Amino acid sequence: MKLHEYQSKQIFARYGIPIPKGRIAGTSSEVKQIAEELGGRVVVKSQVLVGGRGKAGGIRLAKTPEEAQDLATILLSMDIKGLPVRKVLVDEAVSIAKEFYVGIVNDRVHQMPVLITSGAGGMDIEEVAQKNPEKILRTYVDPLLGLRDFQVRDAAISMDLARPLWKNFIEIIQDLWKVYVECDATLAEINPLVINAENHLVALDAKVIIDDNSLFRHSDLSDLRDMDVEEPGEIEARKFGVTFIKLDGNIGCMVNGAGLAMTTMDILQLSGGEAANFLDIGGGATAEKVAASLKIILSDLKVKSILVNIFGGITRCDEVAKGILVAATEMKIKIPMVVRLIGTNQEEGRRLLEKANFSAAETLIQAAELAVNLAKEGQS
Amino acid sequence: MSILAHASTKLLVQGITGNEGLFHTQQMYQYKTNIVAGVSPGKGGDWVLDGKVPVFDSVKFAVEATGANASVIFVPAKYCADTIYEAADAGIALVVCITEGVPVQDMMRVKRFLAEKKTRVIGPNCPGILTPGESKIGIIPGNITFPGNVGVISKSGTLTYEVLYALKQAERGVSTCVGIGGDPIKGTGFVELLEMFEADAKTDQIVLIGEIGGNEEEAAAEYISRYMTKPVVAFIAGVTAPPGKRMGHAGAIIEGNEGTAQEKIKTLEASGIRVARHPEEIPSLLA
Repeated sequence: MKLHEYQSKQIFARYGIPIPKGRIAGTSSEVKQIAEELGGRVVVKSQVLVGGRGKAGGIRLAKTPEEAQDLATILLSMDIKGLPVRKVLVDEAVSIAKEFYVGIVNDRVHQMPVLITSGAGGMDIEEVAQKNPEKILRTYVDPLLGLRDFQVRDAAISMDLARPLWKNFIEIIQDLWKVYVECDATLAEINPLVINAENHLVALDAKVIIDDNSLFRHSDLSDLRDMDVEEPGEIEARKFGVTFIKLDGNIGCMVNGAGLAMTTMDILQLSGGEAANFLDIGGGATAEKVAASLKIILSDLKVKSILVNIFGGITRCDEVAKGILVAATEMKIKIPMVVRLIGTNQEEGRRLLEKANFSAAETLIQAAELAVNLAKEGQS
Repeated sequence: MSILAHASTKLLVQGITGNEGLFHTQQMYQYKTNIVAGVSPGKGGDWVLDGKVPVFDSVKFAVEATGANASVIFVPAKYCADTIYEAADAGIALVVCITEGVPVQDMMRVKRFLAEKKTRVIGPNCPGILTPGESKIGIIPGNITFPGNVGVISKSGTLTYEVLYALKQAERGVSTCVGIGGDPIKGTGFVELLEMFEADAKTDQIVLIGEIGGNEEEAAAEYISRYMTKPVVAFIAGVTAPPGKRMGHAGAIIEGNEGTAQEKIKTLEASGIRVARHPEEIPSLLA
């Protein structure tokens, strides 16, 4: 779960990481008021969960409160990469003497946390990693021992940080480590961390991503989820324990298991069609879950056929068949459906569906080809 | 010999009195897996399955009383790391973790802790291990495969069943099937299992089922081309997966342009490994 910059900064503040004075606003008049309080020169920053906000014109410097208000009016009516700007963060403008990059992230390959530091701050770190890998230092952290001060000091040395700032730098990075561990972050990043005119270190930007698996122990953080970045179907699906991701094609898919759901999408493409969605109904699908899933699939009006692919293990095919029948009757489904049921109780499942008007399929390829043909017929 | 799970494996079930734990204990028992004990703190002294399996308060007591040498975990995600520590502390050699949704940092600490132990973890978020005709540790349906000479390694659950079923339709049996799970940090990866299958007398060829995310398939390709004599057939799910979206499994995500199925397939094929376009094509690519 990605957090907004302002949310990440609130966490930073709680952990004592220095951030510029600033506040969040939803209207341009609020922005003006905040700018006045902050003494005029401010940065107005769009709060959207995509990278490259600056390049897209979503971060602007204002010299007066009036200018801040005007800029806020523009920003608050903008879309950045398809996401509406609903809030802006108004921060005091900081004069920058030097910029650094620091981030703590899960390293999947080494299977431990890594502290990434660079003197090339304020830039896209992935771009730096590609073009100037020598400018980046990766310090692996033993997750049982934690980040040690000497490691942070080595990082300070490697990015040429002046000696009088080492102590301050170590404090900030150790606080960032605490954020990473205590919030179960998969990423805790400051880009840029700057030296200001008073020769102090300040976190100008903040980015925290929380591990979704850990939300059971962070109820305060789960409330921070931004629904704008998700399709309505994705939110609805989550209520039923179903994973749904909208795609561009016209063949709806309902599958049990994530790997099999992806494979089903792939086979549709192989057969000349395109999936309208990824949908993993999860283990032990009940009739209720099946019906809810079909409803979500059919809310996409582009869908011209539906492919149900269930490999029964824990999930019982007869239970799925019942769900399909209930949904088909209740919702008066007119979209043609191909149903493939294999595994636990497949005979009963198939018998239940025999009377209804569904196309049955034995193999994956047959099922996909049928669904593709039906979608083509529906399209013309 | 097959790998990891054998008729001689003495299995204990952690979380045996929960719904999932009890249901699958029954299934494993019916498959004639040698289940010697269950653990459920606070329920020590009870028996499950009509008095056939004793329940203990801790893994240590269960091991002392029964000599259990493998465990399968069915506890909720929030207790999962602790149950793995407990099993490792009691000297269990093989821990199979079925639980889904374990926090990533928990698994990183577990991995680091296990580096100094003799315990091997499979999973989490996996369907477990099946050695057909001998032992079922986890939730892979027993009736969709039979003993044979194909070793199967997979990041997935039902997709693995689909492959086992396709192999069965083609009259191909399996030596051992191992689901390693779809999480970004896992107990055991492709390479370690390839090494075990290469050394296993019962396995003549291997099917490897991967998916988008991470670079384990690439590491497997390199290992296969350097060290393996037995043929490997691969399948990679997620050719049509969009970037930046987590496709159900915590680890199944294309980050930037890293971890695409196309890249994995290219690397595997460049290493001389045959890659099936869909699961039903796998049997025809076997030797």
